[in-house]
Amino acid sequence: MFQIDCPWCGPRDQSEFAYAGEGGIKRPEDPSALTDAEWADYLFMRQNPRGRHHEQWRHVHGCGQFFDVVRQTVTYRIESVDLPGRPALANASGEVR
Amino acid sequence: MRQTQRLEHGGRIDRSRTIKFTFNGREYTGHPGDTLASALLANGVSIVGRSFKYHRPRGIVGAGPEEPNAIVQVGSGALTRPDQRATQVELFDGLEASTAARLGFDPMGVNNTFSRMLPAGFYYKTFKWPAKYWPNYEKRIRQAAGLGHAPTEADPDRYDHMNAHCDVLVVGGGPAGLAAALRAGRAGARVLLADENAELGGALLSERVQESTRIDGRSYRDWIDTTSAELAAMDNVRVLTRTTAFGNYDHNFLGLMEDKADYRGGPAEGEVRHRLWRVRARRTVLATGALERPLVFGNNDRPGIMTVSAVATYLNRYGVCPGWRAVIFTNNDSAYRTALDLKAAGRDVAAVVDVRCKPSSALVDAAREAGIPIHDSSAIIRARGSRRVKSVQIARVKYGQLTGDYETIACDLVASSGGWSPVVHLHCHIGSKPAWDDVAACFLPGPDNPGQCSAGAVTGQFSLRDALVQGFEQGGAVASELGFEPGDDKAPSAPTPGDVLPIEPFWLAPSERPLSRGPKQFVDYQNDTTAADIALAVREGYESVEHVKRYTAMGFGTDQGKLGNINGMAILAWLLDQSIAETGTTTFRPAYTPISFGAVAGRTADHLFDPIRKTAMHDWHVANGAFFEDVGQWKRPWYYRRVGESMQQAIDRECHATRNSVGVLDASTLGKIEVHGADANRFLDMIYTGGRLKMKTGTCRYGLMLHEDGMIFDDGVTAKLGENHYYLTTTTGGAAGALNWLEQWHQTEWPDMDVFFTSVTDQWATIAVNGPKSRDVLQALCDDIDFERDAFPFMTFRDGTVAGVSARVFRISFTGELAFEINVDANYGRHVWDAVMAAGEPYGITPYGTETMHVLRAEKGFIVAGQDTDGSVTPMDMGMHWAIGKKKTDFIGMRSLSRSDIVAEGRKQYVGLKPRDGQIVLPEGAQLVDDPQAELPMPMIGHVSSSYYSDTLGHAFALAVVKNGRSRHGEIIYSPQPDGTVIAAEITDPVFYDREGARQYV
Ligand SMILES: [Zn+2]
Repeated sequence: MFQIDCPWCGPRDQSEFAYAGEGGIKRPEDPSALTDAEWADYLFMRQNPRGRHHEQWRHVHGCGQFFDVVRQTVTYRIESVDLPGRPALANASGEVR
Repeated sequence: MRQTQRLEHGGRIDRSRTIKFTFNGREYTGHPGDTLASALLANGVSIVGRSFKYHRPRGIVGAGPEEPNAIVQVGSGALTRPDQRATQVELFDGLEASTAARLGFDPMGVNNTFSRMLPAGFYYKTFKWPAKYWPNYEKRIRQAAGLGHAPTEADPDRYDHMNAHCDVLVVGGGPAGLAAALRAGRAGARVLLADENAELGGALLSERVQESTRIDGRSYRDWIDTTSAELAAMDNVRVLTRTTAFGNYDHNFLGLMEDKADYRGGPAEGEVRHRLWRVRARRTVLATGALERPLVFGNNDRPGIMTVSAVATYLNRYGVCPGWRAVIFTNNDSAYRTALDLKAAGRDVAAVVDVRCKPSSALVDAAREAGIPIHDSSAIIRARGSRRVKSVQIARVKYGQLTGDYETIACDLVASSGGWSPVVHLHCHIGSKPAWDDVAACFLPGPDNPGQCSAGAVTGQFSLRDALVQGFEQGGAVASELGFEPGDDKAPSAPTPGDVLPIEPFWLAPSERPLSRGPKQFVDYQNDTTAADIALAVREGYESVEHVKRYTAMGFGTDQGKLGNINGMAILAWLLDQSIAETGTTTFRPAYTPISFGAVAGRTADHLFDPIRKTAMHDWHVANGAFFEDVGQWKRPWYYRRVGESMQQAIDRECHATRNSVGVLDASTLGKIEVHGADANRFLDMIYTGGRLKMKTGTCRYGLMLHEDGMIFDDGVTAKLGENHYYLTTTTGGAAGALNWLEQWHQTEWPDMDVFFTSVTDQWATIAVNGPKSRDVLQALCDDIDFERDAFPFMTFRDGTVAGVSARVFRISFTGELAFEINVDANYGRHVWDAVMAAGEPYGITPYGTETMHVLRAEKGFIVAGQDTDGSVTPMDMGMHWAIGKKKTDFIGMRSLSRSDIVAEGRKQYVGLKPRDGQIVLPEGAQLVDDPQAELPMPMIGHVSSSYYSDTLGHAFALAVVKNGRSRHGEIIYSPQPDGTVIAAEITDPVFYDREGARQYV
């Protein structure tokens, strides 16, 4: 069971949290301007990397806040936690890897 | 009844007390401090079980968690414990133990005689087809195999969970673990020390008490006592004995199971039986020790053949010698210590058979001086004797080949040592691979896991001196890492009483005959896996150790291969002509030793398994004959049955009253969320398919929520309470998910919007009054709201006073009838409900439950999100184009509604079904086909989502989704049933009652 450092509450057991999908995915400003393929890319395509993964968690049995996590999917080491959309280790373009 | 094998003195047992126990119905005696195994051996019991496949007699092999044979059932009735290792069952007065298989004449012993017909993979090959017979085969195999049985009664005992945090968790209370705990504890760290044994000391408990072996000048016993006392005196140290660390999980989270009662025969009233510790440690020191491997030779499973360390443990810890004349078989030095122990106990050591060429060390010399014959460059080829070992045949070996000089040595005890395997299990639970070490001939822990380190024999430090130093250093090191300052005191010092090394790896004694023809050479006793089975697996093309494991069953069972796996992997490596490192190990997974289901469940059983939510009117429902339905955690009245009624009659009565006069439903369980903020309308406009920007205060709108893929996931009513203030309802089961959905979009996508959400589900009690007479009931209870048709129109709400209580009344309807929903502070819910019942009495007001609610809403074609929708249907599929705001440019899911496959022909569409035989209610979930005679696999074109009998309509009806269903009204469709019958039904409009929708507007 992971120990996740909630940015608001501090370290807590994983059982207090719920995974909330890949992080850093921005909803397109004008969905109607997108082709089906572009929309499907936003809707369905995810990284699922072997390595550093930018993901969202919610402290569902705590403060209720969503936040971003960068986690190694091989070692399960959590590298950072931050406010949504702002993972500390993301580069300028928002790319994590 | 006499303890014939008990030594005159010695051991850590309380000889002043004699206690009684039974094994397979016979009475025996032992002493406090014994295990069941040591007491059985003291009584001369050599056969404790029959083997899994061949039903060969088996005796005790080990002295700890590695024991594969002495697997017993302890106790009876609800307290019975299956699959217990007799080596770890502490003896108590009145203990009853048994083995499942009969020990005398054995009808399944025939398996042994015809064993060549039972090769590896036998069960796969014989019982694999047809699949439907598997349950029968499995039952027969289990009976024949003599596994334990679970209690059939409910478990009366109490179990609990303890969450614990510590600076340093030390796993293992042997010399290394004690030294680590001592150093970290002295430095001020909060230490938790756990050991599976009843007392601390680990391997030291199995050492002979003698002048030459001392720690810090004290006897082992003294050192353990003073160390235990020092640890106990420290407020920052907690010591848990009889506590097994069974699992190592991520981020330094470990699971421990503490036995609090089984060891003394079970808990007293109110006591806890097992406690599961969930430990989050800042640092963990794994001092888990090592387990001895036996050597593999012909008939090495005969009772009386054990590991050397087991013999040492029985001699020195329990004062029992399992035989009178021993032969010791070894490839390393540690066995010589036990040879000397046996000699000191007055037993005959007929020979030490050592595979090494000219072994020489102080220990070997001491054995030679004691007059013990040493046969070097030799091996035991086979054991003889049927129910117990009577002699061994030895021969000289060179480079793994027999070179002659056969000799037979009479004996009644064989102790073998093939070296030591560090207990790397915990280290490996979180994915680390162990690393093979050629010098120590064992797998060692790989690189440390974050925040964890290892000390003692688990690291290959087999000498006492080195283990003490290493434990002490690691304890200090982890304390320093955490900011504590360990003093400069010295590690406990001990002269090394003799090492294990040098060791000469020796995996399989050579035989004169081919592997499959000679006497069986067992690798895994519990699963009856032999060296020949591994060879067969290799011949049949298996190369991966994981596949060989599954083909031969090696390493399965209650012992999980603790004794035999390394031997098996080494034999596999030899057969594949590759190194052991290349062959690798199977995966180590929790639990290290079996844990009880009770400990896993803890207190979360029975009524504490899941919270139960009850409405303010719950007691009224109970008192008035309600049957309940679980909806999420809520208890909802399902229907109210009167004396003499069937369920269908009750529902018919409730429906009739509601359609013709007035019915009342407790709707308090609907999810309710308040939304505030300057951007509330903008936000909700994105969440719902319908427009929210132009809503007027005081009005309500039906709302659909879609996921971004365009699929319906929840629905409800939105009421505009004020300019920046909304009130939403959700389905009962969908409330938490809907709130999560709102929060996620707000927090992660539009954090700048000024909007916030509050769950108010529990704050409001909701009473839905439905039916043509509902207005009369409301008027009798409330005089500050005008209930006339045009003064209080459909889809609006009013604030007022109902039965003297401040209330919000919605004019909304889930039945299609004139209806009002009264919302009041939940604390007044019961009061208002009682008032409604009294006011409705002149009209025969009838409470109804969820079943009637479903019939009434389904007659109107109203959907239940999550029942009629399943995450694969859009609003258009459900014929709900009207719920989508015509002028909206965006909302969540909107873009998906124009994706090519969403607008394509042939999607399943929402319809009604009218069975041809109006008395037949289609099963919900039933598949629908066009041609019930079509060849299999039959093309399925839809399914039934809701189905009821309607007394109002006079026939059964259903709601369904059917491919292109909206253009097929009037056609017949079929539903083949599991019993071979076929139900025919006509496709209809999904609205069966009051199709023009006039009744709710009256
Ligand atoms: Zn938090």
